[in-house]
Amino acid sequence: MSLLTIKDLSLSIHGAPILKDVSLGVAQGAIVAITGESGSGKSLTAFSVMQLLPRGTQTTGSIKLDGKELLNAPDGDMCALRGNDIGMVFQEPMTALNPLMSIGDQVMETILLHTDSSHEQARQRAEETLARVGLPPEKYSLARFPHQLSGGQRQRVVIAMAIALRPRLLIADEPTTALDVTTQAQILDLLKDLVQDFGMGLLMITHDLAVVSAMAERIVVMRYGEVVETGATKALFANMQHDYTKALFAASAHQVALPENTPKDALLIVKDAIRDYPKPRTELFAPRTYTRAVNAVSFTLRKGERIGLVGESGCGKSTLTRAILGLEPLQGGSITALNQKVAPDMPAALRSGLQVVFQDPYGSFNPRHKVARIITEPFHLLPNPPRGQERENRISQLLTAVGLHPTDANKYIHAFSGGQRQRIAIARALIINPELIIFDEAVSALDVSIRAQILDLIAELTRTHDLSYLFISHDLSVVRTITDRVLVMKDGEIVEDGETEQVFTNPRHPYTASLIKAAPTLPDVKALADVSS
Amino acid sequence: MLRYSLKRLLSLAISLVIASLVIFLVIEVAPGDPASFMLGINAQEDTLNALREELGLNQSKLERYLSWTFGMLQGDFGTSYTYRTPVADMVQDRLWVSLPLAIYALALSTLIAFPAGIYAASRRGGLGDVSIMGATQLGVAIPNFWFAMMLVLVFAINLRWFSAGGFPGWEDGLFTGLKALTLPAIALALPQAAILARVMRSSLLDILNEDFIRTARAKGLTPQQALWRHALRNALIPVLTIIGLQFSFLLAGSIIIEQVFYLPGLGRLVFQSISQRDLIVVESVVMLLVFAVILVNFIVDLAYAWVDPRLRSRT
Repeated sequence: MSLLTIKDLSLSIHGAPILKDVSLGVAQGAIVAITGESGSGKSLTAFSVMQLLPRGTQTTGSIKLDGKELLNAPDGDMCALRGNDIGMVFQEPMTALNPLMSIGDQVMETILLHTDSSHEQARQRAEETLARVGLPPEKYSLARFPHQLSGGQRQRVVIAMAIALRPRLLIADEPTTALDVTTQAQILDLLKDLVQDFGMGLLMITHDLAVVSAMAERIVVMRYGEVVETGATKALFANMQHDYTKALFAASAHQVALPENTPKDALLIVKDAIRDYPKPRTELFAPRTYTRAVNAVSFTLRKGERIGLVGESGCGKSTLTRAILGLEPLQGGSITALNQKVAPDMPAALRSGLQVVFQDPYGSFNPRHKVARIITEPFHLLPNPPRGQERENRISQLLTAVGLHPTDANKYIHAFSGGQRQRIAIARALIINPELIIFDEAVSALDVSIRAQILDLIAELTRTHDLSYLFISHDLSVVRTITDRVLVMKDGEIVEDGETEQVFTNPRHPYTASLIKAAPTLPDVKALADVSS
Repeated sequence: MLRYSLKRLLSLAISLVIASLVIFLVIEVAPGDPASFMLGINAQEDTLNALREELGLNQSKLERYLSWTFGMLQGDFGTSYTYRTPVADMVQDRLWVSLPLAIYALALSTLIAFPAGIYAASRRGGLGDVSIMGATQLGVAIPNFWFAMMLVLVFAINLRWFSAGGFPGWEDGLFTGLKALTLPAIALALPQAAILARVMRSSLLDILNEDFIRTARAKGLTPQQALWRHALRNALIPVLTIIGLQFSFLLAGSIIIEQVFYLPGLGRLVFQSISQRDLIVVESVVMLLVFAVILVNFIVDLAYAWVDPRLRSRT
């Protein structure tokens, strides 16, 4: 009998149906992954098991843990189960912990709540659990507060809280989505080990098919609140039945066809660029000390080149980006674009040559402005911006180029989905024909199918508009297909610089090699299919 | 923590110096002659000269500023021109009324606001929440002197539990003194409690939507436990700010209530000195109030650090 059995689970919030007849099971010691894009209902399925649902939720069907019905169980019973029989790990380690409570107290709370152990016993057990998840008390005192730990370490604390009482079932909702690739690999390994050691069942929610294929024994693919396909991981990948599963897989492995590039004159020259940040003073009258975020970085981008910049969070890639855009001054070295010096006081003409597309398609637009106004914003950089009919034409032209309709110009931004907003952001960057575009994690917040479309759009625009760009991303598979040269950054320095394919197939720097090794990869579907047939 | 406190203390000292300079400049160096301002337009020339001599207006501005500040540091606030008594004694008498009244009112306001705000937040959208929020709306809207008059009407005139005004002093014991301050303290506390309860509620509701509350629930805490153990302390930070502001206001801004209850407090002293143009008293009392406000801010800063470990570790 399986540990967790969900049967015909349907869920509606204030009358709007969200989940429809979801059925799945998790056996003891097994790892089952629910995958799908945003809005598929995968997280709500997980929260249904915990019975931690938003107000106004109505559920029907059945959720059984070892034969005990959880659906609509009294909250008192559920409180006794949560943390004791079912543990949960969340997506955002930066906000999942109480900032005012030490990590020891937070782990001990789970233990004290469900057992009769004394304070001392609970403390000992918390120490053991934290040591088990890789935070030995000799190095990471229980008295530490969350802000003194990194994202990966905080996620370990959250895991420690969830497993302190060895629950039978662990639910992990996108546990590594907010983490760097190398940290992600460590956390996934830890979860796997814990399942093996404790014989727990693990229900994992993730949008990343590569992570799924490396972790799960069984996969449940969801779309629009329904399970479209389910099966053992290898068999399912080898023989995908549903069109949506195939489309999802194809989008995850999507490759774009970039046109040949013939590098011409240098467009952007970064020479020994140094960027320092002042550290908080440790003593009142001591001289200021500085953190070097970007350390003597040099590279040249020629017209027509598509360069990728990869590295983990904190490596200095965002700082370097801001310096290249002329938003912050350098403390040493120089940046030259279009033969002019880049600095915060650079002329508007130079700024109009450098445009940027940001990560967050939700936060980077003024919600009170119509699309026409948003995408024509860069016009203020031009000495003679187009007016009247010429302006209208330019707007229609650009909206069509990015795959939207000219009539969209009169709508407000809330009428558009995340993918459409990213198209608008690209239109805004392109409208004054910049020499160089910077894509700052421009596809990181998008679902895989949308991401594939945006990557195709970039490739298409590269063909029609002869773009040169710097593509900053932590996602190696995206950088591999969308760039012809790649820079690898670590601790403020560029440790590797070379042709993209060459760097990926034959990395020279050990750090690059470790990054590529840590990044989860999609299974070779063809090989799997051959084996099974 | 020690370094943080020292830094706050340094900023307190700097604020005091700046405040004293501003007060001195505004009152003494502003255009016009303080002596003729104090004595009015019909004053005789020799009276004016005598006053100038007494105020030390013949000295240089720097000398006057230094003697004023050093005098205050030694407890010498000068002599009131109208009453011919040392300002320090007058202020001390008044402070013994105003300070206990402010503390009393603040304690009442906190005692009302915390349970009301917490209850409303934990019953969000329910009948309890709606009634409490309705009551606080009234509390914010109705001026405190109206409350004061209603309290006098009910508890002093009809029920005869309290006297309608005046202050017998602390010589007759703590209870008598507190009893005389009870109605004014309630009148002062009600509008403050209404504001504080609203801040408490909205701050708690913000925190209850945070991810770590969900984590707490996933550990097996009931909604009430999650609120008391995890949300409350996090919600205190904006509440502390408001409490600090309210204390400063209660200390100096209770003039109307002092008038209604005929209490010899600081507010009335300032009011009287201003109408009698007694600049020496005004200057000293204003400086004292500024000192109290800055001191309260310092205490609030320390309270932040006590609540939030992130501030403690930052230098």
